[in-house]
Amino acid sequence: MTLFALSRRDLAVFAVFAVVVLAMPFWLQPLGAAYPALMQKFVISAIFAIGFNILFGLTGYLSFGHAAFLGVGSYTAVWSFKLLTMDAIPAIFFAVLVSGLFALVIGYLSLRRSGIYFSILTLAFAQMCYNLAYSVLTPITNGETSLQLTLSDPRLIDTALAPRPAGLPSASLFGHSFSGLEGFYFCAVVLLIAFFVTQKIFASPFGMMLRAIKSNQTRMTYTGFNTRPYTLTAFVISGMFAGLAGALFAITDPLAGTERMQWTASGEVVLMTILGGVGTLIGPVIGAWFIEYFENIFSAFNESVVHAFFSFLPAEIADPVALVASKFVGEGWQLTLGLLFVLVVVFLPGGIMEGVRRIGSLFGRRGTPVSPGAARAQPAE
Amino acid sequence: MDAILAQLLNGLDKGGAYALIALGLTLVFGTLGVVNFAHGALFMLGAFCAVTLRQLITLETVVIDPEQLSAWGSPLEIRTPLAQTWFGDFGAVLVDYSVPLSIVLAIPTMLLIGIAMERGIIKHFYKRPHAEQILVTFGLAIVLQEVVKAIFGPNPISQPIPSAVRGAFDVGAMLGLAPGALTYPMWRLIYFLFSLGIIGAVFAFLRFTTFGMVVRAGMADRETVGLLGINIDRRFTIMFGIAAVVAGLAGVMYTPLLPPNYHQGMDFLVLSFVVVVVGGMGSLPGAVAAGFLLGILQSFASMSEVKQIIPGIDQIIIYLIAVVILLVRPRGLMGRRGMMES
Repeated sequence: MTLFALSRRDLAVFAVFAVVVLAMPFWLQPLGAAYPALMQKFVISAIFAIGFNILFGLTGYLSFGHAAFLGVGSYTAVWSFKLLTMDAIPAIFFAVLVSGLFALVIGYLSLRRSGIYFSILTLAFAQMCYNLAYSVLTPITNGETSLQLTLSDPRLIDTALAPRPAGLPSASLFGHSFSGLEGFYFCAVVLLIAFFVTQKIFASPFGMMLRAIKSNQTRMTYTGFNTRPYTLTAFVISGMFAGLAGALFAITDPLAGTERMQWTASGEVVLMTILGGVGTLIGPVIGAWFIEYFENIFSAFNESVVHAFFSFLPAEIADPVALVASKFVGEGWQLTLGLLFVLVVVFLPGGIMEGVRRIGSLFGRRGTPVSPGAARAQPAE
Repeated sequence: MDAILAQLLNGLDKGGAYALIALGLTLVFGTLGVVNFAHGALFMLGAFCAVTLRQLITLETVVIDPEQLSAWGSPLEIRTPLAQTWFGDFGAVLVDYSVPLSIVLAIPTMLLIGIAMERGIIKHFYKRPHAEQILVTFGLAIVLQEVVKAIFGPNPISQPIPSAVRGAFDVGAMLGLAPGALTYPMWRLIYFLFSLGIIGAVFAFLRFTTFGMVVRAGMADRETVGLLGINIDRRFTIMFGIAAVVAGLAGVMYTPLLPPNYHQGMDFLVLSFVVVVVGGMGSLPGAVAAGFLLGILQSFASMSEVKQIIPGIDQIIIYLIAVVILLVRPRGLMGRRGMMES
């Protein structure tokens, strides 16, 4: 079947990636991050980031409003839980569908402009969604208090099939409720599917077309291509990935709040993608894991931990050093992240992936081949 | 009629803040061609100049007087601000007027920060695409706001209005309406006049000084000005510093209206970008006009009569206008033809 065929190299990448993702509970153990809630976050953020990368990495259109699709996905999934059933499949289906529709409308309008105007348009739409979700749409979104399950939810399909359980139900798959690591493995399988789809897109003529648009849109237009349908498709796919990530967030924890739609959340996925390596397959995943991991590890540090770390120094030096260092961990983790991000954009525009490649070429090996256009973020102007 | 006038006035101070930030953004874009996502952070830094000054001049000495007893029966603690110990009554006045006084601190500070920012990072990004400029300045904005958070903590710190101008001003009486029919907080009026003053100063500076003339020439054709033997880069660096000062002053004077917190820069940034786009990328008068226009429209949209017709319009009106403008007339209200019209 050609539909599921991958080139030999892609197949190898996919196999390695699958092993890495599925073995997460084992190799994260020594790193101290092997609990389900965090690993779910790893996997879901990776989906969000690779989806964003399909748009920004391939076409060069920098969207600052992707969190809106994530939020829409979350709300739709929770509503599917409330109204229909606790099963994960319909929740994902509706979330992807609705966020895809949102992306279609927003993308259709925003893609009429490019460059910075596109960024501002997506930002404006996302802010509209956020502000509305926060104010007028509270009957749908429950505003500040977040949308959550209640005992009086209709859950039409579930109640028709079985008697109502006593407490609040949790998300399930074909009647089997998730517990322990099952939620993680469910998300991991979804990530693998999403990754496979991305690989197919990257290898397809469609992906080629998107790269061509990124490298020179004017030339594409002159050769007689109408680029709009291609960019719009990329935008919608990317929005659907975000919606999928939102649905998975809701599945692992049936709660949807407005903060998921705030524009700083859109900024975070930009950070992940750039940090990992924009335009590469694995880069965004690595960026997402990197940020989520260090956020978790660093936020756990407090001043006494830092003090203990610097205790080998004499007290006069250790105290000020520890005081300064403590500003960069714990609550101050965002500061470290911001600095790191600036450094990456200035010195290493290709992100961690480019760093790995450079180190690889230092040792005389041929590093991970990255097409030259993919390494640098170029605007579509 | 009164209600409409009141809303018009309500929009003016917010519009003034938008106009000042958008003016700085446009200056930077027009001179250096850089899209500066850290400009909101400069507004926030200005606000924290006011906080710093106030914290400095309200440093207190505590003297415990065993003779007197406080209401709880413990020895009375007499707290005197250092400024008052040193300068007497004049010190008390200083404390009262800490917000307008911060302007004196903010101008050199913001100028230095602006120039350091431009020389340190932004100058390496002139030739890079807009997307990368957005990314690096976005990162810079995160760094700045987190530094402020590390120093001043995450909670908003409210700043008092000087007691002399704390009341409301009877605008109605001035316009021949009944006394008390239309009053307006004095500080908001001051903010509006202040923003007009700054805008006027910037325009006059560009219009009537040789420096301004060179800068305008450089905005029109950077290369030719450079070929004439003028060091245009240095002038543009100074313009970046001036844009930072404008944003900073807008922030200083806004502190009594909105207690500054570390993320207010980001909140204002999105809005002021929208303002720039509506006014026309690179057009200074456009930025000012759009700032006031959007401020006023926002305050009209938050009237309950309007909200009854279209619920939620007050939340999205600014973005809605921006979307319409970008789609219908991408060069903005007053933008030059062909400016970023792709």
